[in-house]
Amino acid sequence: MAYVTDRKRATGLGSAKSGTEHFWGMTKSSVALLFLVPLFVFTFGPMLGAPYEEVYAYYTRPFPAIVAALTLVVGFMHFKNGVQVLIEDYTDGLTRKALVIAMICVSYAAAATGLFAIARIAL
Amino acid sequence: MADVNPDDRPLSPHLTIYRPQMTSISSIFTRITGNALLIAGLLIVWWFLAASTSPEYFDLANSVITSWFGDLVMVLSLWALWYHTLAGVRHLIWDTGRGLDVDTAEKMGWAAFGGSAVLTIITVLVI
Repeated sequence: MAYVTDRKRATGLGSAKSGTEHFWGMTKSSVALLFLVPLFVFTFGPMLGAPYEEVYAYYTRPFPAIVAALTLVVGFMHFKNGVQVLIEDYTDGLTRKALVIAMICVSYAAAATGLFAIARIAL
Repeated sequence: MADVNPDDRPLSPHLTIYRPQMTSISSIFTRITGNALLIAGLLIVWWFLAASTSPEYFDLANSVITSWFGDLVMVLSLWALWYHTLAGVRHLIWDTGRGLDVDTAEKMGWAAFGGSAVLTIITVLVI
């Protein structure tokens, strides 16, 4: 391998072919959040600081519960991919891998916990 | 070039070598707001989990999130959310190939800062 030129080593390997998927994923989730965020802000907002009974009754209704569930799931998946870019910009090697994996865990855990809680209230 | 281990590639210089400009500041704020929203996101998930568990647990989460410090975090996060949303719209416009000249990019940057401040005030007044 040491006696092969860089040009020779690269020939035939082609491009990575999957580089745009991450970008397109962020585009899709950002458009979804463009609709979900205002809906969530103006449904969740009035409930913040409201008494327990009112909050519980509100989130047994389908619309606020579905909006909150979708916003948390799509939002945390958008965060997962966004924070990956942040980590990759400033770290490398094992630190990079460890942080990306940790943030994937946090994102899925938060989305799952949010879904579980909303389902338990709504059902 | 002999070593092709992607982990050991040098990072390009950033932050430290550029003079701050309107476009660079609006860009870094997009990143900061987006990633800082993790805190509000986790607080909201905790609030939902507490509400689904018991009235006592809800009162605990609710009192933390609506304390003066909790209010501060949530209002700053609300601004961060609106700023990141408007900055996201700016990126979606750029992605179509429009508004990439410096003048338009700076105008849209100011619109994101101004618009997010206005939206935050409106939201606080409405809810």
